[in-house]
Amino acid sequence: MTSGVDLGRPQAQTVGSDEDVVRVRQLVRTVAVAVKLSLVDQTKVVTAASELARNTLVYGGGGTVEVTAVDNGRKPGIKIVFADSGPGIVDLDLALTDGYTTGGGLGLGLSGARRLVDEFDIQTAPGQGTRITVIKWSR
Amino acid sequence: MERVPILKIGDILLVSIQLDMSDQTAVALQEDLAERIVATGCHGVIIDITALDIVDSFVGRMLSTIASISKVLDAETVVVGMRPAVAITLVELGLSLNGIRTALNVERGMELIAVDRVHDDQYEFEGGPDTEPLALP
Repeated sequence: MTSGVDLGRPQAQTVGSDEDVVRVRQLVRTVAVAVKLSLVDQTKVVTAASELARNTLVYGGGGTVEVTAVDNGRKPGIKIVFADSGPGIVDLDLALTDGYTTGGGLGLGLSGARRLVDEFDIQTAPGQGTRITVIKWSR
Repeated sequence: MERVPILKIGDILLVSIQLDMSDQTAVALQEDLAERIVATGCHGVIIDITALDIVDSFVGRMLSTIASISKVLDAETVVVGMRPAVAITLVELGLSLNGIRTALNVERGMELIAVDRVHDDQYEFEGGPDTEPLALP
């Protein structure tokens, strides 16, 4: 392993600034390479992580990202958890609609990120923060 | 905050993005480019993203915005060097990069801009809509 990342444990990164979003991308790429995702899948999961980490910062007011190498017995993968204790999402269906935004962006972050990963789970409620878990499996 | 350098080559501004940009750096590039277009009077902008291993919605929007700003300032923008994996991901993300011209590499991007200028010149020479209609004998 040349990455220097201990894959046995989750790697945590706090998200409190623009630069932290860059660090999340780099961390996710390192683990995605280590679990041998294809180049296209690496690109997809890093892009999804970039969108979701930015959401954690912009809408959640900052939070943490945890990256873990996982294995389901048949294939390895990468699991990423984005957690914030911000205002939460009031209308989840609307938030997951392409083009819907409350932040002046393109409205593709959440909906686009979901398309780029294999598993997508979101726990949120008004005032309860938001916790998004995504997994990308190696093919 | 890091800044992306802008090089002037003849009538073209060349931006080769070599770092993983923070959102602030991307916004600063937009502003720097607008200023350089006006200061230099360049008619073409080439943005080389060969080194970018992802383009997310923020950078995608920045590229569209740069293309729009430069158009208003009488310059054409061509984005060159997009990696195949980035193109696949962009489409799946749902980003269409409307209004952005692309070319495979810097050389083809420069050709594209040169061809455009020739067409523009011919158009002016032959008489565009702003010129007086020819008086018939």
